[in-house]
Amino acid sequence: MTHSRTSRRGRNLPLHLVLVLVGAVMAVPLLYAALSGFKTTDELSRNPVGLPESWVTSNYTQILGSGDFWRLIGNSTLIAVGTTVLVVAVSALSAFSFARFAFRGREVLFTLFTMGLMFPFAVAALPLFLLLRSLGLLDNPLGVILPQAAFGLPMTIIILRGFFRQIPGELEEAATLDGCSSFGFFWRVLLPMARPALGTVSVLAVVTSWNNFFLPLLVFTEAQWWTLPIGVQQYQGQYSAEYAKVFAYLVLAMVPALAFYSVAERQLVGGLTAGATKG
Amino acid sequence: MTSTFLPDKRTGRDVGPPPPATDRARSRARRRALNWLTATGFQLPALVLFMGLVLLPMLFALYAAFFRWGGFGMPSDYIGGENFTRLFQDEVFLGDLWRCLVLVVLSLVVQLPFALAMAVLLNQRMRGRAVYRMLFFAPYVLSEAITGILFGMIFAPDDGFADQVLGKVGLDGLGGEWFADPSTVMATLFLVMTWKYFGFHMMLYLAGLQAVPRELTEAALIDGAGPWQRFRNVTLPLLAPTLRISVFLSVIGAIQLFDLVWVTTAGGPDHHSETMAVTMFQYGFKRYQVGYASAISVVMFGISLVFALAYQRFVLRRDLEGATTTMRGDGK
Repeated sequence: MTHSRTSRRGRNLPLHLVLVLVGAVMAVPLLYAALSGFKTTDELSRNPVGLPESWVTSNYTQILGSGDFWRLIGNSTLIAVGTTVLVVAVSALSAFSFARFAFRGREVLFTLFTMGLMFPFAVAALPLFLLLRSLGLLDNPLGVILPQAAFGLPMTIIILRGFFRQIPGELEEAATLDGCSSFGFFWRVLLPMARPALGTVSVLAVVTSWNNFFLPLLVFTEAQWWTLPIGVQQYQGQYSAEYAKVFAYLVLAMVPALAFYSVAERQLVGGLTAGATKG
Repeated sequence: MTSTFLPDKRTGRDVGPPPPATDRARSRARRRALNWLTATGFQLPALVLFMGLVLLPMLFALYAAFFRWGGFGMPSDYIGGENFTRLFQDEVFLGDLWRCLVLVVLSLVVQLPFALAMAVLLNQRMRGRAVYRMLFFAPYVLSEAITGILFGMIFAPDDGFADQVLGKVGLDGLGGEWFADPSTVMATLFLVMTWKYFGFHMMLYLAGLQAVPRELTEAALIDGAGPWQRFRNVTLPLLAPTLRISVFLSVIGAIQLFDLVWVTTAGGPDHHSETMAVTMFQYGFKRYQVGYASAISVVMFGISLVFALAYQRFVLRRDLEGATTTMRGDGK
């Protein structure tokens, strides 16, 4: 017993080595950035690889003490929440109709939405910008929220439709017999039951919006509305000679996404794999 | 086109006494109309949003691509297909197509097989499995722009972390200019893309691997199949649908690549890392040749469309074959 166990561990050793190596490659850039944030730029050029000689916290505290950083966080949050609420609400209505009604034109419409899945955002960026400009939505959070929601529709609808279909039809009949309207059934029965699926699509929408760079880059010219990725790019441009500060900024900018991931890992991975296998 | 997926639950639920025949027909027609109105009513918000902000802009780009237009007022200087002929003589754009192809090939040959190998490794019971999984996937949740800036600094020539470490361990020869050298910029870009995205593909494969019934690999084991044979002849065919999705996402990702390039090199040095989206951005937003930039959008759209349709056709055919040869239909 013990013999077979050790030999098994021995055979697994190369595999573990591979994993440790890959793990190091994944972790080191992040750790390096975090450590560099605790150095001064002077030290960073003298001692780029080792631990900080003395742990300088001023890079981090300066950023955390400035209103700019928190405004970026606030803008990113506002836009992510706005996008998520809109795309989930609109998609839930649509997915409900796709899943629970038989109506003329349903398959054509569904195909239209799934086609949207195939087209990268970058393709529509320019005409979208022109449209937003003519609507006066530049330098307005709606200029980012509305298109993000529109481009999020296909994936959200597909995932929710799959979930709504699994809910047994008897439930709807029972609700109808009890005098529930279609919308009443949707609102009072289906949505509460679909909470896990709604969580999944919400997490996907939040992450996509939080990380979006291209659209905010086009829409926001005023610093007042910049989101986190834009702010980081601007900061790097402004302090390009002060490496340590930029590293500290990068690390702080990554923290919210990583924290969110550690809380919502299950929904995120579940949503991505469901989206990929059902799409 | 009424679908056969669902029975029409809204008809024939009357519990009262049957009304006379003509009345019944009329009320059924009315109920069907009501049903259609309710169903499409629920679709309306999604349809408005999708039409207005996805389809309409695309159609406008198709229109604007036939004009010489600076982006202000309405396009009026009609020039036919001149933007398109110019596009396919534009060396930068032809280079974009080539670089897109290079990234796709590199992904298929290096990144996805690597992700698959990691998925197979982590699909076994072993200590620390959850930690590795979480760590490998973590970069996916980071913004592409922020990741790009981080690696731009790590790969800074000479005093960046990469060159310093290589110098310390005596591999100076491997170091270099990274993003700043035309001959290494694409490889560096691909390295960062792999760092960021292989974990995502690994997660897809892990989900696919978990759906492979254990009995099948065990049966193959009993039949005397070695580990490679079991992987090649049992696991891989069952994983095929997942692999095809992952390839699809990889190609779409390469077609629209922008953020990472924009923050690291902005397409340089001398266009050597430029992508279609970057070229489009340059013409549309920096040089105000909006008609020409629209033509680039249209071509990107066309490439996506042709690829998606061809791929779907290919996928569909393969999946039908798969259903008969691997008994996928019985799997679930």
